[in-house]
Amino acid sequence: MIGNGMAGMRTIEELLKLAPDAYDITIFGAEPFGNYNRIMLSPVLAGEKTIDEIMINDLQWYKNNNITLHANKTVVEINRAEKKVIAEDGTFESYDRLLIATGSNPFMLPVPGGKLSGVIGFRDIHDVDTMLDSAKTKKKAVVIGAGLLGLEAANGLKLQGMDVTVVHIMDCLMERQLDKPAAKLLQSELESRGIKFLLDARTQEILGDDHVSRIRFADGAEIEADLVVMAVGIRPNFELAQKADLECDRGIVVSETMLSSDPSVYSVGECVQFEEHTYGLVAPLFDMAKVCASQLADIDHKHYVHTETSTKLKVSGVDLFSAGIINGNEATDDIIFQDPANGVYKKIILQDHKIVGVVLYGDTFDGSWYFELLREATDVSEMRSHLLFGQAHLGDSGHGGVNDAIAAMSDDAEICGCNGVTKGCVTKAIIEKGLQTLDEVRAHTKASASCGSCTGLVEQVLAHTLGADYSDSPSEKPVCKCTDYTHDDVRKAITEQKLTSLKALMNAMEWRTVDGCASCRPALNYYLIAAWPGKVEDDYRSRFINERIHANIQKDGTYSVIPRIWGGVTTADELRTIADVADKYEIPTVKITGGQRIDLLGVKKEDLPAVWGDLNKGGMISGHAYSKGLRTVKTCVGQEWCRFGTQKSMQMGIELEKMTWGSWTPAKFKIAVSGCPRNCAEATIKDFGVVAVDSGWELHIAGNGGIKVRVTDLLCKVKTEDEVREYCGAFMQVYREEAHYLERTAHWVERIGLPYVKQRIVEDSEGRKALNKRFLESQVYAQVDPWAERASEGVDAHEFVALTQINKQQ
Amino acid sequence: MSDWIKVGKLSDIPRQGSRIINSDEGDIALFRTIDDEVFALRDECPHEKGPLSQGIIHGKNVTCPLHSWVISLEDGCALPPDEGCATHFPVKLEDKNVFLKY
Ligand SMILES: Cc1cc2nc3c(=O)[nH]c(=O)nc-3n(C[C@H](O)[C@H](O)[C@H](O)COP(=O)(O)OP(=O)(O)OC[C@H]3O[C@@H](n4cnc5c(N)ncnc54)[C@H](O)[C@@H]3O)c2cc1C
Ligand code: SF4
Ligand code: FES
Repeated sequence: MIGNGMAGMRTIEELLKLAPDAYDITIFGAEPFGNYNRIMLSPVLAGEKTIDEIMINDLQWYKNNNITLHANKTVVEINRAEKKVIAEDGTFESYDRLLIATGSNPFMLPVPGGKLSGVIGFRDIHDVDTMLDSAKTKKKAVVIGAGLLGLEAANGLKLQGMDVTVVHIMDCLMERQLDKPAAKLLQSELESRGIKFLLDARTQEILGDDHVSRIRFADGAEIEADLVVMAVGIRPNFELAQKADLECDRGIVVSETMLSSDPSVYSVGECVQFEEHTYGLVAPLFDMAKVCASQLADIDHKHYVHTETSTKLKVSGVDLFSAGIINGNEATDDIIFQDPANGVYKKIILQDHKIVGVVLYGDTFDGSWYFELLREATDVSEMRSHLLFGQAHLGDSGHGGVNDAIAAMSDDAEICGCNGVTKGCVTKAIIEKGLQTLDEVRAHTKASASCGSCTGLVEQVLAHTLGADYSDSPSEKPVCKCTDYTHDDVRKAITEQKLTSLKALMNAMEWRTVDGCASCRPALNYYLIAAWPGKVEDDYRSRFINERIHANIQKDGTYSVIPRIWGGVTTADELRTIADVADKYEIPTVKITGGQRIDLLGVKKEDLPAVWGDLNKGGMISGHAYSKGLRTVKTCVGQEWCRFGTQKSMQMGIELEKMTWGSWTPAKFKIAVSGCPRNCAEATIKDFGVVAVDSGWELHIAGNGGIKVRVTDLLCKVKTEDEVREYCGAFMQVYREEAHYLERTAHWVERIGLPYVKQRIVEDSEGRKALNKRFLESQVYAQVDPWAERASEGVDAHEFVALTQINKQQ
Repeated sequence: MSDWIKVGKLSDIPRQGSRIINSDEGDIALFRTIDDEVFALRDECPHEKGPLSQGIIHGKNVTCPLHSWVISLEDGCALPPDEGCATHFPVKLEDKNVFLKY
């Protein structure tokens, strides 16, 4: 095969699936790498991904699959008579079947100065490296062309700190994918990010001695430029095929079996021309790959048919979808929804009761549904009046949530455009293979594995299919593969049958494995210690390393240590102790955390006990920054100092932390206390948030930062500090007793509902007191500093020293 | 030439736990299962070199602490869908003493 890119390699992958041993495969690739996800060069430029993350098949993969890869070798000749291909450096290989997948080249405007250094295209890793390098030393970047690629380049360069101007020959952006109103919205969004636009500008000459310095336009105007990225289009790369006398027009002409004019030579990807079409997006190329593989494997001979493609822009925070025609004419009807203040614009173009075009900006949720209707030429007259409000609103309900929208999607609806994966296919894989995470879905279906813009949709399908099980909150499903029982079954069995050890529990519930697995053991251990405080042994071998070692493991196997700093209020002595420890143990990084603590990162495991010993001597104990338990209580300065403060928030925070530290909870638990409704301690995204008001304290629950930010629900208002503590203890205790392991308060409250929590904590005052009492009782056993035990009492000493040393040269 | 080297006693390793042996070519992790079988692997996960000795040991597997790949103690290889193997060393038990072939 010639060309180690996305279409060619997909063909090889498909072929290996169908007929792994049918061919000895040899590949020439002009680039010095394995195969990578070219689409993701934009996120790499934007600093959102690394090159490593976008590799699809590294060099090892080729070895493992017995494929010879001649990387960094450009083929310069195809000798069809002798059936061989020859590379620049003389390397040659013969073939029985040849696959040409040479992609395309960026079109470089044929203007004077177009070859100066600093003038590049945007196609491969080398281009991205050039851009990243320029961003380090140079200031002004000019991107010529405001299409998909140009805008992604501009966005990336801007994020890399360059002063970016996009030059475009037309008067609006992405004129082939967007109509004017949508283009205007996009332009103002990008302008608000600091990208400048020069529209209606025809580039005439690029000036500079050997490196570009300015650009001159047809109207005589000039602008400065240290880097010019041309993104004005691509040209199929078929020169090689043409030289070998294969039939070419605007690309290598192929039939519906992907065969060129030579029956031994196939071609796929952007280098081909099929009927009158050439290509620039991966979805149709992946279809070609399937067809070509089936032909090569001689199995299930597929045929290629041209299909519509849809467009999305990969600029974080910009939602844009378009497909089909974008500007209506006399024969069409446009249905338009416009809400410029909120940056939402939707247009659907109808012809003969069918959708022929869609432009969505700001809200693209229904894009794939419209696209499906478009491709299948569905008659939409029945739903016309609801069409703009999306699929979820077709039913009778007035306002469907995301879940309804997913439910309403048909199984044929395409979720991942790049890989042509339908909703049905994703759902089936989730159910049949028991998939739980986005990564698993990617691995098994390839959905969201290419451009990534459907990630949100795939997650929603996961959430919808798994119901409450999704996002770490297991519920009706079994605890893990070792059992059919659910989390609730286990908790019930522990209390009803008075089970007090892991072994007894696994026996009683007929666990299928000898000693469980890494998912169930930590959960069962937690349920046991939560049910029988002080009565059961905390099985440290069933704890994740961080909770076993009482520090956080880092990517290089070192640990991070965070001492407790009550309420985030420290002293000069404590700081001195921390500084001394950092010096003495040569701790490379000292970082202030989001929870107002100090993190010592890069501590070697064997140093941990000594580090803790020194911190203990300075009066500090474990900050439990590693635990599924109370993490931190964050405070603002409050009435003690702040001129707006209405209560003593620092003092309240310290008291709450002294009360709750050391507790184990199903998942991590964070508290914050703010001294007035300005809420400087961000109490409304914590598991338990306290906000002082003139007349007392507002108590908020179940907030969450992180992937999906969830603002707290207001539980109630109380008057006294004693009440704050009692409600806090009671809330933590219901959560401890009833939530599932790894379920954050946010998910738990969403599952069981706020009214239930209010009933238990606010309305049932006897119940609240009893809960708080149970909480305080369990704290008696929990509040033991794990560091002190290990630093001075030799607990778990074997964890920190090697057994022995052995050498080869003994 | 590799030889059987005595590295310690069975009781040095906690059940369902592990111990590290330093070697001139990097750490080796010794694992003891719930059934008192002992295995040894290079202390480097095939994924991104996570220290396998720090994982949770269950059955004849260990779950890597960094990204939760499950590695078989019997041959050091990741269970599907993950791929790759950590170097595996033969181990034998004689009189509750642990010998490693190195
Ligand atoms: C920055 C960027 C963003 C993109 N974003 C999207 C997107 O969001 N969605 C989407 O669908 N598409 C996107 N695309 C387009 C997509 O990447 C291409 O459609 C796809 O990569 C084309 O695959 P291909 O195999 O035909 O060509 P390529 O992936 O370019 O592979 C061709 C390979 O052949 C090699 N080659 C060429 N000539 C020779 C020779 N003579 N000898 C040896 N090797 C040779 C080249 O070096 C190259 O590695 C994007 C492209 C870029 C550059
Ligand atoms: S939350 Fe209120 S009291 Fe606290 S620091 Fe902010 S303004 Fe001051
Ligand atoms: S390093 Fe072991 S799973 Fe990633």
